Amino acid sequence: MDRIYMDHAATTPLDERVLEDMMPFLKENFGNPSSAHFFGREVRKALEKAREKMASLLGATPEEIYFTSGGTEADNLAIIGSARALRNRGNHIITTSVEHHAVLDTCLALKEEGFEVTVLPVDQYGMVDPNDVREAIQENTILLSVMYANNEVGTIQPVEEIGKIARENNILFHIDAVQSVGNLPVNVEKLSVDLLALSAHKFYGPKGVGLLFIKEGTGINHLTHGGGQERGKRAGTENIPGIIGMAKAMELAYSELEEFVPRMEALRDRLIHGCLEMEEVKLNGHPSQRLPGNVNVSFEYIEGEALLLSLDFKGVAASSGSACSSGSMNPSHVLLAAGMSEQTARGAIRLSLGRHNSMEEVDYVLQVIKESVDKLRSMSSIYQGKGER
Amino acid sequence: MYNEKVMEHFNNPRNAGDMENPDGVGEIGNVRCGDITKVFIKVNEQGIIEDIKFRTFGCGAAIASSSMLTEMVKGKHVDEAVKITDIEVADNLGGLPPQKLHCSNLAADALKAALKDYQDKQK
Repeated sequence: MDRIYMDHAATTPLDERVLEDMMPFLKENFGNPSSAHFFGREVRKALEKAREKMASLLGATPEEIYFTSGGTEADNLAIIGSARALRNRGNHIITTSVEHHAVLDTCLALKEEGFEVTVLPVDQYGMVDPNDVREAIQENTILLSVMYANNEVGTIQPVEEIGKIARENNILFHIDAVQSVGNLPVNVEKLSVDLLALSAHKFYGPKGVGLLFIKEGTGINHLTHGGGQERGKRAGTENIPGIIGMAKAMELAYSELEEFVPRMEALRDRLIHGCLEMEEVKLNGHPSQRLPGNVNVSFEYIEGEALLLSLDFKGVAASSGSACSSGSMNPSHVLLAAGMSEQTARGAIRLSLGRHNSMEEVDYVLQVIKESVDKLRSMSSIYQGKGER
Repeated sequence: MYNEKVMEHFNNPRNAGDMENPDGVGEIGNVRCGDITKVFIKVNEQGIIEDIKFRTFGCGAAIASSSMLTEMVKGKHVDEAVKITDIEVADNLGGLPPQKLHCSNLAADALKAALKDYQDKQK
């Protein structure tokens, strides 16, 4: 069998239709949208059309859309920009222990500027309790940042409820929605959100482009200095082919959502059930409130990285929760926050499904996982079962 | 991340598994990264390591370095085997990523523990 890609939460392949829309802007329409001449004006028109399209899909106005280099920059701009703008009103930020590092590390970095950060705990499924949010609010709280859906375990957070709490308390609410478009309905009105970050390559768009929704009237200090692009909020010439591609990708993600979600859920559930039929396996993340394509399971007695390599050898691309850095294997902060032991967290792998995956692939992957797990367990020093002879 | 030799040993590990009635057993764990390697040896009357097996809980580097060590040790005299270092194991694999060099390269130490166990049993 050919190679099988099941790492769509890391990135997705570019949709052909998206590439087609981008091509003219990689070739003849090369102008700088800030230029006054014909070349610039043509591109400016396309840029603003793309902005309008995405704004309307998100339930925003075009003036509320700011393009960035991706999700990480959008999260940084949202958090640092708003915290600094509100410094005279307060210095307390609330976030959660399962955020992507683009949010978590950004919040923690603000401590150096005198901000206080509360990192909320999660339950065994990686979910935040809105009551914990309510209780964490102080007089000086200015910003609340919670992800829509978790990139590792796929748990969908109760963001609508949390958004209401933020609104009641007059606190800015930021959502890292990077894993959401294409998997969940995303509407800024419905979410009561002030700031929302997106990245195009997570929904079959190009890499290197994202956006930040900034609700009208929200003060944000810019982080980059330069030509004053994006109404002064994000200096630097716009990534035009990227933005054009992002608009098309988002349009497709919204129009195909209804068809896509049940198909992914069927693949996901078969994969989950197949894994759980094996011995000593645990499903990570929420059993029902999870992204339609997310599978995250821990196999006891083996290391996720070893399983990942073994799958890779057999042509299956997955991802492991642990990352080796500076001489220690760090289990996923998300799994540890959900109360998992280090050893079990180290046995976690994530398979994230996408548009091109099929039931046949799922069945093949299950077979490959079983073979790999059996092989690795047979040589594991902490597995009591029979070893190879 | 890993070179071809490391991947080859990872995918086709030599001497993985258990041993019945070993003459020496050694187990080493790394507290920081959680890897655990266990080595079993069979030694003949001349002091030659006739057979060796390993079991490892750890990443690709941990499994590959265990496999490599067993290959280096088989047929060697205990006095020679005890001199093998983790650096030599890594060198024989054509190198390991720096962050893996110490945390996932426990086989040489596990062998030393197995040799000590063997010698203790001789007394």
